[in-house]
Amino acid sequence: MIEVKNVSKWYSSFRVLDNCSLAIAKGEVVVICGPSGSGKSTLIKCINGLEPFTQGSIAVDGISVGDRSTNLPKLRARIGMVFQNFELFPHMTARQNIMLAQQKVLNRDNAAADRKAQELLDRIGLADHAGKYPAQLSGGQQQRVAIARALAMDPIAMLFDEPTSALDPEMITEVLDVMVRLALDGMTMAVVTHEMGFARKVAHRVVFMDQGTIVEDAPKEEFFGTPRSERAQQFLSKILQH
Amino acid sequence: MGAYNWNWPILLKEPYFGWIVSGFGNTCLIAVIAWAIAFPLGSAVGLARTTELPWLRLIGTAYVELFRNIPLLAQMFVWYYVVPELLPNDWSQWVKRDMPYPQFYTAVLCLGLYTASRVAEQVRSGIEAIPRGQRHAGLAMGLTPGQVYRYILLPVGYRTIIPPLTSDFLGVFKNSSLALTIGVLELTSQARQIEEYTFAAFEAFATATVLYCMVTGLVILIMRQVERRTRIAGTIALGAS
Ligand SMILES: Nc1ncnc2c1ncn2[C@@H]1O[C@H](COP(=O)(O)OP(=O)(O)OP(=O)(O)O)[C@@H](O)[C@H]1O
Ligand SMILES: [Mg+2]
Repeated sequence: MIEVKNVSKWYSSFRVLDNCSLAIAKGEVVVICGPSGSGKSTLIKCINGLEPFTQGSIAVDGISVGDRSTNLPKLRARIGMVFQNFELFPHMTARQNIMLAQQKVLNRDNAAADRKAQELLDRIGLADHAGKYPAQLSGGQQQRVAIARALAMDPIAMLFDEPTSALDPEMITEVLDVMVRLALDGMTMAVVTHEMGFARKVAHRVVFMDQGTIVEDAPKEEFFGTPRSERAQQFLSKILQH
Repeated sequence: MGAYNWNWPILLKEPYFGWIVSGFGNTCLIAVIAWAIAFPLGSAVGLARTTELPWLRLIGTAYVELFRNIPLLAQMFVWYYVVPELLPNDWSQWVKRDMPYPQFYTAVLCLGLYTASRVAEQVRSGIEAIPRGQRHAGLAMGLTPGQVYRYILLPVGYRTIIPPLTSDFLGVFKNSSLALTIGVLELTSQARQIEEYTFAAFEAFATATVLYCMVTGLVILIMRQVERRTRIAGTIALGAS
């Protein structure tokens, strides 16, 4: 479903991504971790074309992301994305946030978009908060709305960039719960996170990045059992201490 | 200083009353038409500077630097005395001979183009203050760059710049008095003319001052309402004063 082949990216002379390859099959959940600045956000933003890359190729559902002739908005509409800082639109209510792209991108009519929004808000337990603005919601609630907003587009895959790292500890669980349910429902997911509990529970594979390279890409059991690289071992012991 | 000979009633006599009314009318008209040029043009220039297209950004930057850095009075003279000479022949003829109210339209154009450079800077800062992630979020859900501007960046950006835009509008209103230097009979110049004819300097300028203050106060009151109405629930108004 997602096919990243030998992708490299430079910021002038600084190499952010170094020959990265990664394949995510339909229904697979892949957790991407690694130290700060290792290129995780950059890699995940390359997948839906938010960041251009210098070399290599990326295909989503057979469509080449880097190709000039690709209709990027159309492709992006089929890939959901969730950000570290939620990025709900502040001047719209939770419901309006979930309806916007349904109407403007998928051309759903008002009633259909509203029904979908209501259904998703129900699913994430925020039916009573539909009319609230982002500033009136807690961080955890905002992130759940952001997930609902992405799901409203009926995406074929979801990308998460550290969805819980801006949240207070007591709110992390409520967001992870939504993500776990999504994973168990069979959604294709690429998740940048350091929540190893989440990885253990639902990930199929764990990818470890360092300094722009994919150092390790292993099935979950293998990764947590016997990480091959020393850097991954160090990283794991560091974050598992917390 | 001798005793000042107060003469308020003279302002109600013709032709002086008529002068004040027409001067005030001209001032308001200059300000409103100049703003009608400055707001859309300034918005376009400001937005150009927030796009990803280098040549558009360059045009926007050049415009702002040009109009913001030349003193307004100098611009007024350039538009009135120099530009008509530089136009192609038929245009030049038309501007000098046939254009109706040349001083008035020159003043309006000059103020409009100058104020646009100020509006452009407000719009740019309003858009740039929006976190980059908002743009990414919009694009990621399949909106086109144009839709991202229309539904996200503009509604949020304009809300935050209502207070500075209000002062720019008041700026155009006050700057309209510079139109007197090229002979437009706006409020200040009519007050001066009354002073020359009647020696009632204090009365004439006090009246003009009160009229300026009334409009300023009215505009501020209206814009406060606009700001209140458009405030996003759960947020604190940035420009509350
Ligand atoms: N616009 C840019 N110009 C230059 N360098 C950049 C730019 N954006 C990111 N970088 C650099 O690229 C590297 C990778 O950044 P990226 O955000 O992908 O890392 P990350 O793994 O997501 O880190 P974090 O865990 O802190 O989010 C970093 O060293 C960063 O400083
Ligand atoms: Mg990151």
